[in-house]
Amino acid sequence: MNRTFSQRRDRLLTYRAMREGKVPSPRRTQCPACGEESSRLEWDRSLQVCPKCGFHSPIGAYYRLSSLLDPGSFQELEEKLCPADPLAFPGYPEKLAGLERETGLKDAAVAALGRIDHRKAVFLVLDSRFLMGSMGTAVGEKTARCAEYAAKKKLPLIIFSASGGARMQEGIFSLMQMAKTAAAIQRFQSNGGLYISCLTHPTTGGVTASFASLGDIMLAEPGALIGFAGPRVIEQTIKERLPEGFQRAEYLLDHGFLDQIVPRDQWRAVLSQLLALHEKGGRS
Amino acid sequence: MSRFTPEEKVKLARHPDRPGTADFIGHLFTDFFEQRGDRLCGEDGSILGGIARFHGRPVTVIGHRKGRNLEENLRCNFGMPSPEGYRKAQRLMRQAEKFSRPIITFVDTPGAYPGKEAEERGQGEAIAQCLALMSALTVPTIAVITGEGGSGGALALAVANRVLMLEHAVYSVLSPEGFASILWKDSTRSGEACGVMKLTAQDLRRGGIVQGVLREPEGGAHMDWEATFRTVDAALVKELTELDKRKGPALARQRYDMFRGMGQNLPPAGKEEP
Repeated sequence: MNRTFSQRRDRLLTYRAMREGKVPSPRRTQCPACGEESSRLEWDRSLQVCPKCGFHSPIGAYYRLSSLLDPGSFQELEEKLCPADPLAFPGYPEKLAGLERETGLKDAAVAALGRIDHRKAVFLVLDSRFLMGSMGTAVGEKTARCAEYAAKKKLPLIIFSASGGARMQEGIFSLMQMAKTAAAIQRFQSNGGLYISCLTHPTTGGVTASFASLGDIMLAEPGALIGFAGPRVIEQTIKERLPEGFQRAEYLLDHGFLDQIVPRDQWRAVLSQLLALHEKGGRS
Repeated sequence: MSRFTPEEKVKLARHPDRPGTADFIGHLFTDFFEQRGDRLCGEDGSILGGIARFHGRPVTVIGHRKGRNLEENLRCNFGMPSPEGYRKAQRLMRQAEKFSRPIITFVDTPGAYPGKEAEERGQGEAIAQCLALMSALTVPTIAVITGEGGSGGALALAVANRVLMLEHAVYSVLSPEGFASILWKDSTRSGEACGVMKLTAQDLRRGGIVQGVLREPEGGAHMDWEATFRTVDAALVKELTELDKRKGPALARQRYDMFRGMGQNLPPAGKEEP
C-alpha cells in the first residue's frame, strides 16, 4: 500500500472515530448561524450540522465520503491529477502549494469508487476549502474522467458539488471545462448512465451552469446557496436587496429545479434507495 | 502582428459601430425567417435566431443581439440573455438537428444576465442544457465570436465543431472588470486583467481554444463592414465544405474530442515547461 493511500485511509478512520465519539473532544463550538454553543462531540455526531438550529456547516471531501460509503469500500480514483497554470498567473503555483499543505488535497475535487449498502458507484466530491471549490482544468478533467470511467464500468455517477464556479486563475481554460464536463455527462447519460447531482453549499457560477445542473436526479442540502450569478452581483445589477432565502435550496425546490432536499444525516439512505431503484433487473 | 494591446482590443470588441449578429445575418444570409419564443414561458430579444439560406442552402442561424440604439439596447437587454433566450436557442438547435440543417452561431455578449428573474427561472440550468445539447449534435456547427465572448453566456452558443474568432474580438472566463474585482477586489484594475487573461484571438488560437482567426480591416471591423462580411463569408464557406465531408456521428465525435482535449496535458503548476 502506498503512502498517500494509507494517509488518506487514516484520515477517513479518524473522521469515523470522531463521529462515533471515540476521540474525546472537550471543546465547544459556536454555530456561525445561530450563535449557540454545543459540544464538539454533538457536532461530530450530527456530521457538522448544528445540533441547535440545523445549520449545515460545509465539510471537506474526504469527510463527506467517510459519511457516505460502506466501511472499507473507499478506493480513490485519479488521485495523481494535479492542477496546471496555463496563464502563468502570478502567485498561483505558490497558492496551490500552500493549499495542498493545508488541506491534503491536490485540487478541489476528490474522486472515488465506493459502495453504499453494497451497491457500487463512482463518486466525485468538490471541496470548498480549496479555492472555493472552483473548477479549473484539474477539476474539469477529473469530472470528465469520472463520467467516462462510470460509463465504461456501467456504474452510476454521484457528484457532490460545492463550488464558487470557474477558476479565475486558469482563465479561458476554466471556462472550457464547462463544455468538457457537460459533454462528458451528456454522453454518459445518453448511454443509459444514471447521474445523481447533489448540490451543497455553495454551488454557483460555471459549475451550476454545467455538470451540476444536468443530473437525472437533482438533490440539495438544506440551506445551500445555489445559483448562476452570486447574490452580490445580482444586487449590484438590479440595485435592490434580494429577498430572504433567495437562491437557497428551498427556493429552488419551490421553483422546480430540485427533486428533493436531503438533510446531511439522510444522504446515505436516500442514495441507497436511488441506487436500488436503478439496479438492473428492476424491470422484472 | 497586431498593433493593438489586449486592453484596446476589449474596447474595439465593444465598439458600438461594430457589426452585430443582426448585421451578419442581414448580409451573409438570404431568406431569413426569424423564430421567436422558447415555448415554455417567454421570448428573449437578446438572442436572435431562425432559418435562413447560406449560399442557397437552408441553415439555422442563432446569435446574441445587443441592438444598435438605446431603444433596441433596452429591448435586447444589451445582449445579456435570460434563460428564455437559451431555451429558445435549444429549441432552434433541436429543430436544426431534426431537419439536418447546419447551425451557425454568432457570439457577442458581455455574459448571461445576472438578474433576479433570470435566477428564478434557472439561468444555470438553461446554459448547462445548451452546452450538453450542442456537444452531441450530429449536424455541422460553426461558432463565430464577433465581439465580446463573455463567460458561460457566450460559451452556451459556442460548443461547435469549429470556433472562429474575428481578429479583435475577445473571449474570456469573465469580463476583465469582473475578473479584477474577484481576484484583486478592485474592478479599476481591469486594464491589468486584460493583460494576464489571454483573451485575444491570437492567444486563444495558440491555446487551441479557437480554430481560426479572421482578419479584420485596418482599424477594426467597424471601419469597413463589407470587408468584414467578405472575410466571415469566405471562412464559413470553407469550414462548412470541410465539415460536410463528415457524417453525423463523426461530427459529434470530433466536437467531443476537441472540447475534451482542452486543458488536458498541460504541465503541472509550478513546474517548468519542458
